[in-house]
Amino acid sequence: MKCRVCRGRAVIAVRRHNAGFCKDHFIAHIHRQVERTISEYDMFEDHQRLLLGVSGGKDSLALWEILTALGYQVDGVYLHLGIGEYSSDGLRFSREFAQRRDLSLRIVDLGGEHGFSVPQASDVTARVACSACGLSKRYLLNQVASRRGYDVLVVGHNLDDEAAVLWGNVLRWQVDYLSRQRPVLAASEEGLVRRVKPLVRVAERETAAYAVLRGIEYEIEECPMVSGNTVNRNKQWLNRLEEQSPGLKAQFLFGFLDRGAAYFPADPPELSMCGNCGQPTPGEVCAFCRLKKATVVRIAGRGSR
Amino acid sequence: MKVLLHQPRREIEVRGPKSVKALLNRLDLVSESVLVIRGDQLLTDGERLRPDDVIELRPVISGG
Repeated sequence: MKCRVCRGRAVIAVRRHNAGFCKDHFIAHIHRQVERTISEYDMFEDHQRLLLGVSGGKDSLALWEILTALGYQVDGVYLHLGIGEYSSDGLRFSREFAQRRDLSLRIVDLGGEHGFSVPQASDVTARVACSACGLSKRYLLNQVASRRGYDVLVVGHNLDDEAAVLWGNVLRWQVDYLSRQRPVLAASEEGLVRRVKPLVRVAERETAAYAVLRGIEYEIEECPMVSGNTVNRNKQWLNRLEEQSPGLKAQFLFGFLDRGAAYFPADPPELSMCGNCGQPTPGEVCAFCRLKKATVVRIAGRGSR
Repeated sequence: MKVLLHQPRREIEVRGPKSVKALLNRLDLVSESVLVIRGDQLLTDGERLRPDDVIELRPVISGG
């Protein structure tokens, strides 16, 4: 296979574009895709302070590399969620990446700051681990961004992440979730920081290839708690369909964003400040504070027996 | 050829496939789900494979 641009040896086929690319032209292609996404959705401007949620995986590290290459100054934040070796490896990859490029990385330790880990929350509250993890990540990222005065919170959700979530929400007709699935979620007066997803045009395989080609070392092994995760299962189904119909994932996602989303208008709930922590919540006490209380109380109860 | 797999990390011996696509078919994998790596090079589906190759099949699905 030849590179579409220079006719040199291709290192990757991007079947939905019916194209192969050599290393240099693939990297340039990815940069263009991200630049186009930032511009098309008015995600942020040069002068704004950007905070990127970094996991040590391919997507967030590739995105940090891409945004830096495009000239944006982006700080990172790593959330240590206490998932054994997986969390320590993620931290190590994130730290090494930041140090080598002289980038600023903040670290938030769920155990040190809040007294529990994601496996403990899942264990003592019988909540699915991915649900406790997602809730904690959304809360902590917003809290760090708002307290530290960042204008925009950047996350590494890619085309496959968004298509798989959309697929799951359509299968169950979760209308409230469909109204919130956008590449940009606006800031709110109550303290929600603007949240953007610059990788929505880049497939998961492409972020992995980008990371390999740029020499980025990242966490390859999967989170030990993700077994049976619905989103990952949906990704596998969609990849089987994509194999038969290249471009299907992008058509599904961007068909929704361009033509379907208008039927599910954003209808943000009325928010107030959590009576406990001050973060925005539709109730009196936010879901994270409720999870924390339930977990910490039960851990203490087990310890005293 | 030797094939390095992940999640969990392990190594298997596969005999016969002469191309990347044939190797993926043998292991019932779709190319959208993995990167195929030989040394420090990414391989596309049509690349020829040799019996003495060491091939890494790196999964790309992550997160949840």
